[in-house]
Amino acid sequence: MGDSLLYFIEVTIGGLLAGVMYSLVALGFVLIFKASGIFNFAQGVMALFAALTLVGLMEKLGVPAWVAIVMTIGVMILLAWLIERLVLQHLVNQDPIILFMATIGLAYVLEGVGDLMWGSDVKALNVGLPDGAVDWMFDLGIYVTKLELVAAATAAALVAVLAVFFQRTRIGRALRAVADDHQAALSVGISLRTIWVIVWSVSGIVALVAGIMWGSSSGVQFSLSLIALKALPVLILGGFTSIPGAIIGGLIIGVGEKWAEIYLGDYIGHAIENWFAYVLALAFLLIRPQGLFGEKIIERV
Amino acid sequence: MSDAAQASGETVADTADALLSVNNIEVIYDHVILVLKGVSLEVPAGGIVALLGANGAGKTTTLKAISNLLHAERGEVTKGAILFEGEAVQALTPNDLVKRGVIQVMEGRHCFEHLTVDENLLTGAYTRSDGRAGIQRDLEMVYDYFPRLQQRRTSLAGYTSGGEQQMTAIGRALMARPKMILLDEPSMGLAPQLVETIFDTVKRLNEQEGVTFLLAEQNTNVALKYATYGYILENGRVVLDGDASALRENEDVKEFYLGLSSSGRKSYRDVKHYKRRKRWLA
Repeated sequence: MGDSLLYFIEVTIGGLLAGVMYSLVALGFVLIFKASGIFNFAQGVMALFAALTLVGLMEKLGVPAWVAIVMTIGVMILLAWLIERLVLQHLVNQDPIILFMATIGLAYVLEGVGDLMWGSDVKALNVGLPDGAVDWMFDLGIYVTKLELVAAATAAALVAVLAVFFQRTRIGRALRAVADDHQAALSVGISLRTIWVIVWSVSGIVALVAGIMWGSSSGVQFSLSLIALKALPVLILGGFTSIPGAIIGGLIIGVGEKWAEIYLGDYIGHAIENWFAYVLALAFLLIRPQGLFGEKIIERV
Repeated sequence: MSDAAQASGETVADTADALLSVNNIEVIYDHVILVLKGVSLEVPAGGIVALLGANGAGKTTTLKAISNLLHAERGEVTKGAILFEGEAVQALTPNDLVKRGVIQVMEGRHCFEHLTVDENLLTGAYTRSDGRAGIQRDLEMVYDYFPRLQQRRTSLAGYTSGGEQQMTAIGRALMARPKMILLDEPSMGLAPQLVETIFDTVKRLNEQEGVTFLLAEQNTNVALKYATYGYILENGRVVLDGDASALRENEDVKEFYLGLSSSGRKSYRDVKHYKRRKRWLA
């Protein structure tokens, strides 16, 4: 095997694994958008908030990682309940833009509360995930960290669990019903408020997973919330309403930006990684605005 | 209750145990638009009551006031009361109402397009807690009433025909084991033959399963054929009510809603002329 081929494989794997991280954040967006039509600007901050809470609980209480994770899940569910109670409930039936603005406000509140409770310094997060290179791949000449593999496996597991939840359970069916037609869901007695608490809880938990993965690799700090911005092109690529779309969109962006950086960098200047995703998203908006997997609007004639 | 009902003394004679009674309600949308200006009606247990009238008369608003879906459209009942089995409806959520046995089938079907027909029906059972076996039994019952749906079980509802969607919507409501179904414009956009099928099924459900129906219809002819009692709404008021058979014979109803008059069918030109004049005077 030539060096350039090995290098190509390494770059691709690195890209895919980075893409998984984007996918995790995008997943949270999709869940909320599907069920309530709200574009949740606070999703990135929710990941930060979850990671901060996790670190804070581990440091202040000195409990083992898994206990802290369970407690953080509880906090995220409580948060979902509070958001429904204090924000969504009062804005029912308002324009989507108003709800969007509310989530911007929510982002700042969460950020402030997170700082207030746990401090704003950069924290290391160590929940006992393996680190370092994967040995047998390293022997082949490819550098992949164990953490990245764990992140990929976690994302895969998460998607599988969500898929079963959505397709096979009564609540999952109700969630899809709400996503399809609020009014009709209301008319058959599905309580939108319950559904919203559930869906915000689920995306809070997804945010926690994303927060753990990103926090483990680069520390828990404010910039964590900015990964949400990378999730935006992922959503445009994959379609706002598609869970597989979020995953595949994330992978495409992850790989695409690495390839662009390596293979185009020499010709058009480096730091392509920073803007590549947005250009790709722009192209998609022009050519296929519903994204790769966005729900086609069924129109009978 | 009107004279017509008391005179005939049949279906609605026993007003004391009305399943649903609506007393002089006023509905305002967006705090300003007055849509219902004092509507009263009663639905007896086991009846099929038709709510008739033209576009914008307030039929849908009345139904939504009863099922409490108004709130989701910034509508509000500002006066009067609605009682279902003697309990005030206003304090309840749509979810509570479905649990108590009132469910609405909305105008324009409103199926869950990206769910299969099967899944659509199952969402109707969302509020039930009586276990899988009962739900499965009712699913089969719905397919017995609507054999056409049986073949479309696994198709996405969005890709089924208008008639099938209407059947799905009614079937979905049945899955909640309702005492009363509020049926809004079941004939909308359907071929005449299908309309008959749907109404036939409504009649059979009424007789065999004991489901009470309150239906809003523009198709006065069909509605009065199947209903036991009718109310005619105009501009947010009840202008006429009575037994379906009496309404069918009523000269005004014949003239304005059935397109008939004592001198037989009028020509289109005459009707138009007459109506226009009438509107100017009013």
